[in-house]
Amino acid sequence: MEVSFALTGKDYVIVAADTTAARSIVKMKTDQDKIKILSPHLLMAYSGEPGDTLQFAEYVERNIRLYQIRNLYALSPSAAASWIRRSLAESLRSRNSYAVNLLVGGFDTTTQEPHLYWIDYLGTMTEIPFGAHGYGSYFALSLLDRYHDPDASLEEGLATLKRCIDEVSKRLVVSPDRYKVKVVDKDGVREVEL
Amino acid sequence: MNTLAEQFSTTSALSKLKKTQALLEDEEMSDAMWGSQAGFGNVAQGSPSFAVPAVPDPSAFLRLHTDDRADPNCKIKIQHGTTTLAFRYQGGVIVAVDSRATAGSYVASGTVKKVIEINPYLLGTMAGGAADCQYWETYLGMHCRLHELRNRERISVSAASKYLSNLVYSYKGMGLSMGTMICGWDKTGPAIFYVDSDGTRLKGDLFSVGSGSTFAYGVLDQGYHWDMTDEDAQELGRRSIYAAGHRDAFSGNTCNLYHVKEDGWRFIGNYDLSKLHYDGPNNVPGAGYGYDIRIAGRASALQPAVAAAA
Repeated sequence: MEVSFALTGKDYVIVAADTTAARSIVKMKTDQDKIKILSPHLLMAYSGEPGDTLQFAEYVERNIRLYQIRNLYALSPSAAASWIRRSLAESLRSRNSYAVNLLVGGFDTTTQEPHLYWIDYLGTMTEIPFGAHGYGSYFALSLLDRYHDPDASLEEGLATLKRCIDEVSKRLVVSPDRYKVKVVDKDGVREVEL
Repeated sequence: MNTLAEQFSTTSALSKLKKTQALLEDEEMSDAMWGSQAGFGNVAQGSPSFAVPAVPDPSAFLRLHTDDRADPNCKIKIQHGTTTLAFRYQGGVIVAVDSRATAGSYVASGTVKKVIEINPYLLGTMAGGAADCQYWETYLGMHCRLHELRNRERISVSAASKYLSNLVYSYKGMGLSMGTMICGWDKTGPAIFYVDSDGTRLKGDLFSVGSGSTFAYGVLDQGYHWDMTDEDAQELGRRSIYAAGHRDAFSGNTCNLYHVKEDGWRFIGNYDLSKLHYDGPNNVPGAGYGYDIRIAGRASALQPAVAAAA
């Protein structure tokens, strides 16, 4: 059961995703990275249909890179998210659509603002202060409504993320035990240990 | 020569479909390939294509004739039910598989080769559709050889497995059924990749695939260490396949064992699971893997002698 969270804070976005790759009732792998670094200031957590997820994520990764090579600057988070949403929406009406849910977090270096976008496989996109995909969202969204602070420092943000992870571990029947957490801010992208 | 005549001679649905398919084959590459080198620079013309039945929905057509759960009397029964495993350790890669083929509740064969020898350095395992695995892994072998000829270098396990995963992904939803492990030795050392027909591709140290995989994992996970000796590793592979063959009705008969080292794979042996149950791998009566044999002479009762006397 895949779980991913993301939240914004004072000049940063935190993106977290579980690290299990499961097939029916079996965990095939417990250290799978499901967060792609799309550009120096852009992160994308992906979940959904096995196969589609990585295939779509790599397609996005390469195209964002291609844009950067051609134009000598990277897409802004909002432009990248719009392009990703459109790719999903166009695929939706094809014979084999990508069934992929995404959380796109980035730091806009032109306006010095963090942005977070919630995108689902139907091509729905919305900009949000925090979000989640998978069963984790049933527990985390109310928690984040209560505890999220857009002004929070990174330490406070990570503490709030920890609350989400602990709540899911406590209440979800088959909860993942390990998460990968990445942060994007003005200095770029980095992985953090919880 | 008569293409012009053919083009206008008939307007039946079938001929129209054939014409569209012929047109599609002429197309250079799919949109998804745009901007990607696919590992071959300008040599590869996108992902390979394959002829499909000339009906409106080929995958529904296939499902109609192969889905034995929906219709037990269906005409084509695909081989399912298997145990395969592979793991990486200090001394290379161990690959062990069972040899039973079932079609529904019928044991169709007990001597199936579920390890596909792609080339002297690469092995593939077979779970799911036997034909799908055999055909596509042989096809993969062909492309691995082409890679060698083009690049004067052996293909990495990573590249070979990605070639296969991209290929099966292009057939997603069309009824392919395979769960395979691509195992081998390349510049980076021993490597295992799990590839299935969903398009999933995972790198890892230890995998088991098939209906008996849970039983195999039970023994394998508990006995696994990176620093095992070759003998212990081979024994663990054999013991795990035995465990699955014993507990899973769709796995059994014999175990085929392979060992991959720096100089390529080596076939270790074929072991009858019934013999392993009673006599173990060295044919010593009483040294079998079976529970009753393993615990012979031991009991949970406090005083077994008294209980026996009474």
